[in-house]
Amino acid sequence: PVSLPFAVGQCGNQVGCRFWDLALREHAAVNKKGIYDEALSSFFRNVDTRSGGDGPDIYKGKICSLKARALLIDMEEGVVNEILQGPLRDVFDSKQLITDVSGSGNNWAVGHMLYGSQYRENIVEKLRKTAEHCDCLQCFFIIHSMGGGTGSGLGTFVLNLLEDEFPEVHRFVTSVYPSGEDDVITSPYNSVLAMKELNEHADCVLPIENESLFHIVNKIHQMISSGKLGSTVKQNSLVTSSAGSAKTAQEKPFDAMNNIVANLLLNLTSSARFEGSLNMDLNEISMNLVPFPRLHYLVSSLTPLYTLADVNVPSRRLDQMFSDAFSRDHQLIQADPKHSLYLACALLVRGNVQVSDLRRNIERLKPSLHFVSWNQEGWKTGLCSVPPVGHSHSLLALANNTCVKPTFIELKDRFMKLYKKKAHLHHYLHIDGMEQSCFSEAISSLSDLIEEYNELDATKGGPRTDPSRLKIAV
Amino acid sequence: MSIVTVQLGQCGNQIGHEVFNAICSDVHGTHGLCSKKENESYRDACKERFFCEEESGVPVARAVLVDMEPKVISQTLSMAARSGYWKYNDQSHFCQKQGSGNNWANGYSAHGPRHKEVIMNLVQKEAEKCDRLGGFFTIMSMAGGTGSGLGAFVTQCLRDAFPTSFILNHVIWPYGTGEVIVQNYNSVLTLSHLYQSSDALLVHENDVIHKICAQLMNIKQISFRDVNQVIAHQLGSVFQPTYTAESGLHYSRNPLGDLMETLVPHPEFKMLALRNIPQMPENSLAYSTFSWPGLIKHLRQMLIANAKMEEGIDWQVRPPPLGSSIPSSHLTNKPVHFNTSIANLVILRGKDTHSVDLGSFRDPSLYTSWLNPQDAFHAWKTPRAFNKYEKSASLVSNSQFLLKPLDNVVGKAWNMFASKAYIHQYTKFGIEEEDFLDSFTALEQVISSYTTL
Repeated sequence: PVSLPFAVGQCGNQVGCRFWDLALREHAAVNKKGIYDEALSSFFRNVDTRSGGDGPDIYKGKICSLKARALLIDMEEGVVNEILQGPLRDVFDSKQLITDVSGSGNNWAVGHMLYGSQYRENIVEKLRKTAEHCDCLQCFFIIHSMGGGTGSGLGTFVLNLLEDEFPEVHRFVTSVYPSGEDDVITSPYNSVLAMKELNEHADCVLPIENESLFHIVNKIHQMISSGKLGSTVKQNSLVTSSAGSAKTAQEKPFDAMNNIVANLLLNLTSSARFEGSLNMDLNEISMNLVPFPRLHYLVSSLTPLYTLADVNVPSRRLDQMFSDAFSRDHQLIQADPKHSLYLACALLVRGNVQVSDLRRNIERLKPSLHFVSWNQEGWKTGLCSVPPVGHSHSLLALANNTCVKPTFIELKDRFMKLYKKKAHLHHYLHIDGMEQSCFSEAISSLSDLIEEYNELDATKGGPRTDPSRLKIAV
Repeated sequence: MSIVTVQLGQCGNQIGHEVFNAICSDVHGTHGLCSKKENESYRDACKERFFCEEESGVPVARAVLVDMEPKVISQTLSMAARSGYWKYNDQSHFCQKQGSGNNWANGYSAHGPRHKEVIMNLVQKEAEKCDRLGGFFTIMSMAGGTGSGLGAFVTQCLRDAFPTSFILNHVIWPYGTGEVIVQNYNSVLTLSHLYQSSDALLVHENDVIHKICAQLMNIKQISFRDVNQVIAHQLGSVFQPTYTAESGLHYSRNPLGDLMETLVPHPEFKMLALRNIPQMPENSLAYSTFSWPGLIKHLRQMLIANAKMEEGIDWQVRPPPLGSSIPSSHLTNKPVHFNTSIANLVILRGKDTHSVDLGSFRDPSLYTSWLNPQDAFHAWKTPRAFNKYEKSASLVSNSQFLLKPLDNVVGKAWNMFASKAYIHQYTKFGIEEEDFLDSFTALEQVISSYTTL
């Protein structure tokens, strides 16, 4: 089944670039014979380019030329141009790109309203063409940031569009949320305006915070340089850096940070691409992790973050991988799931891990976690046989947990700080289609969402009365 | 008579493959411990039931493989072919690409009707290949979306298309601590629907088989493959040829019919559990000897005390004296749950089966009062040893074995239903709250019936 990613905006495209690089490498490691198989077809088309330009798709047999199934959208040219000049240039063709020159000026309204209406037809046409080449389109991925103008505004416009054009196809969104020290002043506006769209039109959202990615990358570097790991650590783990070069501490290691998000997407789709004893498809993820339509924000964590030289790890180390998945400093947003309330939890394991390892760890960790009363055993599990490149096993945990609440509350607070003073509003309001009500509706939507999480939190630790069963006349 | 197996979903296909493997390896094994003539009879009877011959000489399983995603079927087909001993028919499978998303409603209301014709055509083809059709054996899990939802739909279609054929559903119950979060919803919907179209449900619980793997088979890192192989062994011990009292000097030719006749006297009671003894790692077999009296004694106590396997049996439980309705523990005199049976079937394979005393199973105090004791208990035998076990005994039981597990599943599902969690995922495909209520009602009825045995 095909997953179709849309990279929108600078952040989206930078992450996207890492993603396709890693995907190619992952498949190359598994697919030694160079045969175009079912797994490859989730992300890539196989095209005969000998006939010049865009030849017909080849569905079986040897790999000719792989083209990523994707749409790259940016209202500036810088990032997309870089991709087209880099090692991935043959993986994309011009029909998958939608670019402009002037950017969105960090303005959600420019991205959503202005460029949205301007490029709507273009996007729909390219979307349809891309979808035509997929014999089974299972889900869309939107990769974007929330704080800017293009990713945030145009990205959520695309989200709406996808719902209109392909209502049956699941919409997953990977959203990078701005931190408090974000240098874009209007990022709270952009984020909250985008949140309303995510609330209403996304099936699943995976929020990411740069702060968390930054801490994780630092942690890895620390462990490598301290030699604490004892055995030799492979430098070319795909989590840390594509080039293998260490970044200085002063520069923000965006490449490494983007790699983490790219790995998230790779792991999320691994069980749909590769075989295993208990497969987990993307539509199973939204089915099991979204008990009520609006509560679709999933906190993610990836473990282990480094490779070890010895591949035959005894169970003890395996168990550590599970423990880490629930620790606060492995989450991809600033959140602590252990001390909040779980509505549902998914564990997708890759590599040489069997069902007994999974069960043992669930039994072990369960007592320290709080689950909502109507879902005490709310675990969804998957076992994929193929580990990520450079690892013998890995774990992706997805939690529908009230620990997302603080992120949203902070966002709301930052929004209100600006909004009360009507700071910068005029930049938005003079865009055709924007009105004050857009803002009030957006903050209202966010407040309602926070309230839903509050209500759930209120049930935590409370007395548990199971509803009485149906009585049958004997 | 031949049985057509329908493998549904990932679980159904993975298990089906292990079942045909187990059956084939048993037939080709040299451990039969019987005469050449006996062995040939056994082999021929087995072949008739499960395989048909092709020009190549490699037996072809009488099976239809159905899944809504392609990976498992493709693996299953190639693994079987690689064995060299048997294979599946290249045409007898149907799959789609997108899966059912663990959504029973998707399997039942969307995939079902959409693919009914293609699937039933495949089944029809297999049925026509049989000289005489002995019925259908479907394998599915009830936790996911395809096996459960599409499986329920296909079972209904089988019943409609073959109104007089026997249908036995082999249903896998998931681990209690979730494999799938909505597994209890899917289970309730599956069981209530199967109850309407199926003749009997033969159940295996993952938790139980897992314990067998851990404690009896001594497997350290248990995989689903290990679990499936134990299940396949247990199924093989039931479905490999035997002599029934009626079949006389020939291996019985109607296993499904015989099973239904002996175990399902009333349509309200269709839940069958399976116990098999002994179970041990293959490399310990050579060093172990068993006596029939010992095996029978353990098997009987497993039945009475509701034991999941031959270790940890509660020997304090005794059947209530005839006439009294309150069973009590011999020592402590407090009421203990005693497993009342409607009907039981014991299957004995291997050395000296002719001399085994099964009187303890005919004890009327084990059974409800509505059947004559001689109708409530049956034994099938064969001197031909099964799967390297010198002696092997299986119990297929229509009793209260599954009462507590069923009650647990319904309870958890009801608890979730009260909060309306996940319901929107089902209504999207046309399964409404009323449909859920109907299913709950049907199962509470089954629970009530089994409770008041």
